[in-house]
Amino acid sequence: MLRLDYFYWLIGALLLATAWFNLREKRHATAAFWTILIGPFAFGTQILEAAKAGVQWPAQAMGAGVIALGVMAALSRLGTPPDTAEALARRQALAATLRNRLFLPALLIPALTLVLFVASKWLPGMDRLMDPKALTLSSLGIASLLALIAGLWVTRARSAEPLAQGRRLLDSLGWAVLLPMVLATLGGVFAATGVGEVIASLVGHVIPIENRVACLLAFALGMVLFTVIMGNAFAAFPVMMAGIGLPLLIRKHGADPASLGAIGMLTGYCGTLLTPMAANFNIVPAVLLELKDPYAVIRSQAMTAFALMAVNVALMLALCFR
Amino acid sequence: MNYWPLLGIAVVVVGFVLRFNPVLVVVIAGLTSGLLSGIALPDLLALLGTSFVENRALLMFLLTLPVIGLLEHYGLRERAKEWIASFRGLTLARFQIAYLAIRQLASMAGLTHVAGPAQTVRPLVAPMSEAAAERTLGELTDSEREQVRASAAATDNIGLFFGEDVFVAIGAVLLIQGFYARNGIELEPLTIAIWALPTAIAAFVIHSIRLKLLQRRLERRRRKAAGKPDAAA
Repeated sequence: MLRLDYFYWLIGALLLATAWFNLREKRHATAAFWTILIGPFAFGTQILEAAKAGVQWPAQAMGAGVIALGVMAALSRLGTPPDTAEALARRQALAATLRNRLFLPALLIPALTLVLFVASKWLPGMDRLMDPKALTLSSLGIASLLALIAGLWVTRARSAEPLAQGRRLLDSLGWAVLLPMVLATLGGVFAATGVGEVIASLVGHVIPIENRVACLLAFALGMVLFTVIMGNAFAAFPVMMAGIGLPLLIRKHGADPASLGAIGMLTGYCGTLLTPMAANFNIVPAVLLELKDPYAVIRSQAMTAFALMAVNVALMLALCFR
Repeated sequence: MNYWPLLGIAVVVVGFVLRFNPVLVVVIAGLTSGLLSGIALPDLLALLGTSFVENRALLMFLLTLPVIGLLEHYGLRERAKEWIASFRGLTLARFQIAYLAIRQLASMAGLTHVAGPAQTVRPLVAPMSEAAAERTLGELTDSEREQVRASAAATDNIGLFFGEDVFVAIGAVLLIQGFYARNGIELEPLTIAIWALPTAIAAFVIHSIRLKLLQRRLERRRRKAAGKPDAAA
């Protein structure tokens, strides 16, 4: 079976190549940064297994690595070398000869992910090829590799070129690549230290619990606010549900659980659109698209998020108390 | 109840507002919250380490970077622009609304990973959006380009978020169902997912209107700038 580990090892190899390119150019700090990040991809499964078996030092070393990455991220600077007119002219000339063939490998990524995902669900035997617990991720991994082969075929590039180009993109992303992972890590720490329960109990103290509209507003705003803080509606949902949704709205005021759960979660998603804590959706794209303002994507989403928040509250008022 | 771990949140807010490096801010917030809750440093390091490793799937998109980088090096973005520019009647709003619809329908079918900022937005959607905008506006200024690109990423996010919960086997629906099941309320995933539909439709309508408004705002500013050539310079 294609374990997810194999794809993680490939990511480790890409990071290793990136570190090596940087080392050869005497960019030691950048090389060290990428080298530390190899850890979770090359040894992740072993670290987790050791921790489960009670051997803590590999996890502790990784924890120290996370702190080191944080310090190095602060010392490094993001930045892409400016595009030269010469490079632009070269790309335009290549685009003119390769034309629409260039789209083929790029479109293969979504198309093959789709085909593999559907096949893994319906074709017998595919469950032995792919990890049934990570079908979309495995599909994406395989699709990326097949698209890479198609890309080499279309461009007739040297086989080392993809590594050099992957490195170029990785270096231009820099520490932004890391942000989603450290934020999720922070979510883990918040969960372990009971931050969620504290907030839910504070909210429970201040709202008039006899009024169902006040309870619903507190639930909706709590979902948004907590998602903004945690960067993830999945983290906010159990907290707000346990604090307000279940005891007050469902048990006390008789709200319908199915619609409250579904629309409540989507109200949290409005918070996801507003927060830099959801870095993989809001900050990484800004860096990927080379925007000057790191919050430009959030700005572009904000009005949609506020309007949808209002719609969701109205929907819950209308649908949950039938 | 121990309220001190809340200081971790304060660290995040202050750090982001003062624009310190976000990675460092988040690491310090984790240390603050952990130490104030009384976790010993060795245990906290282990917690950081395991939690970091457990979330490594978030970086699966790195596997798309070599092929995307390769194609860009061979002119993918330039070709995408040229191709879109050849469509008559295509505007920025029409193009991004069409993408929003495709993205929402795809994630309703559970295909959340087929598109994304690295897979589709940077190599295809952003340059195509720029080309579509240039059809009506001509050469874009830096600030216009920035708005068009940001809107491409925003449209991708909104299509993803407000489509996915309609699909029953997606994490969110299963999380809701699991929470209720643990609390003695048994629900079929489908009865939950169906309630995501009204919001999905509202998201499409609201964001489509906003895309139309963005298009109109960009055009109006252009006309104003053209009316006053001194101000345009």
